[in-house]
Amino acid sequence: MAEDNNLNDNEDDDLDLKSLNDEDLVAQMHDDLYDGLKAEIAEGVNILLSRDWEPYEVLTKALVEGMRIVGIDFRDGILFVPEVLMSANAMKAGMAILRPLLAESGAPQMGKMVIGTVKGDIHDVGKNLVSMMMEGAGFEVIDIGINNPVENYIAALEEHNADILGMSALLTTTMPYMKVVIDALKAKGVRDDYVVLVGGAPLNQAFADSVGADAYCVDAAVTVEIAKDLMARRQGSGVDRMTLAAEG
Amino acid sequence: MTDTVLRSANREVIIGFDRPFVIIGERINPTGRKLLADEMAAGDFSRVEADTLAQVAAGAQMLDINAGIPMADEPSILAATIRLVQSITDVPLSIDSSIIAALEAGLDAYDGRALVNSVTGEEEVLEAVLPLVKKHDAAVVAIANDETGISEDPDVRFAVAKKIVERAADFGIAARDVVVDPLLMPAGAIDGAGRQALSIIRRLREELKVNTTGGASNISFGLPNRHGLNGAFLSMAIGAGMTSAILNPLHGEEMAAIKGADVMMGVDPSCQAWMARYRDPTVQRESRRGGRNVRGRRGGGGGDQARAAGSGA
Repeated sequence: MAEDNNLNDNEDDDLDLKSLNDEDLVAQMHDDLYDGLKAEIAEGVNILLSRDWEPYEVLTKALVEGMRIVGIDFRDGILFVPEVLMSANAMKAGMAILRPLLAESGAPQMGKMVIGTVKGDIHDVGKNLVSMMMEGAGFEVIDIGINNPVENYIAALEEHNADILGMSALLTTTMPYMKVVIDALKAKGVRDDYVVLVGGAPLNQAFADSVGADAYCVDAAVTVEIAKDLMARRQGSGVDRMTLAAEG
Repeated sequence: MTDTVLRSANREVIIGFDRPFVIIGERINPTGRKLLADEMAAGDFSRVEADTLAQVAAGAQMLDINAGIPMADEPSILAATIRLVQSITDVPLSIDSSIIAALEAGLDAYDGRALVNSVTGEEEVLEAVLPLVKKHDAAVVAIANDETGISEDPDVRFAVAKKIVERAADFGIAARDVVVDPLLMPAGAIDGAGRQALSIIRRLREELKVNTTGGASNISFGLPNRHGLNGAFLSMAIGAGMTSAILNPLHGEEMAAIKGADVMMGVDPSCQAWMARYRDPTVQRESRRGGRNVRGRRGGGGGDQARAAGSGA
């Protein structure tokens, strides 16, 4: 197998993903996600599917697990924002292939999140980061943008049958609006149908408690951890299975 | 020439074209500083006092005062903070809140001509803030966004800034008293944010002829070596015509970039400020007129030491 030797010699420049066994390929995909390599992730997903992997298995073992590693290093200050955005983009390339297959196969859902900046507030850099990290973790994210009145949140939660509501505010004048939204959910009797997460520079845990949110999320990485944790506790199902699957 | 004149009871600072860049210290702001927030809410201003003195010693020509603490009485805390700061320093202040009642309480408490931070292009905000600015003969920071958000299109942001300047004129506020914040976005999260900022700063100066300011550290959000990157941005922004910024003056990289840019822009005559700041105070000078540590000079060593201390920082 002269060609194989050749490949090994040139491993760093020109790795043939097809030549790797499943285990090495998944490890390589974790590295490629870490490095934000879009084309390689798409190729890896296609190879695993061609080897008769279930789409759900590809999602959990290759993509979600890879992004979990990215999240840890982002949280610890080893990776920085542009790198995480590149990783999220690579993840997206894989998800574009998997999403229709997952829907077909009726695989368990990680969860759906509706996220938006509250009425009167137009800041969205932090919110966008959270969206990408949540998508990276396998959640389906419906981003309703900036300056959202109560009706927008409720309409999106109902239309998409969401599990999680995420609200962002960067101003002390706009953050009290989070309470308006949560109170509206209570009035409709649906508050407990959702995990409600809030974030933004002027917020803190005491504020989150006072408005009746489930958690205050200090940054995008923490949001993912909290969302996973609360979803697991709430459902005792989907997320647990995901974690087990990811741990193989 | 556009001069924005700010005053305390006995000191004047001018933000202007062809003048040294004005550093507005950002530290007195409880956002993201839990300890400071808890202390300010409880009426303990010892940290405010220390931050005031440290920032002025480090070279802040103005200080931004923000009391945005969730679920606290922001108007009265802001007023108390302003009175305290004015009792220990004479640098003019920027009164920072998005709550109208807090701006009003801050302006009532302030002695001098303040910089109100801030007004946006949102009609409701314009109508609430501009009359206050006029009533107190203050200047105002104008943030270039409106109801539709922060546009990534520099033309739109420029148009919003222009609208604010025009609305201010309707209220009897001169363009020289509107300092535009073009909204500095993180370069690590938004492609081209740096160039975008530089181009809008240039247009604000050349076409709208207004002074500019902004939160300098926004540019480096999410990146390593933030101070180095802030410094690179600041010197380029000053080259593009930026005239002030809100930042932490305790970091050497940013301060060297600003002071160096002042030299390059020709607003530090004979590099006096640069030398005063960076001269090695321990080196003995050979000149007959006396170095810092020469014994037996007229007036003794006291005067020299005082001068060295005053210029050291």
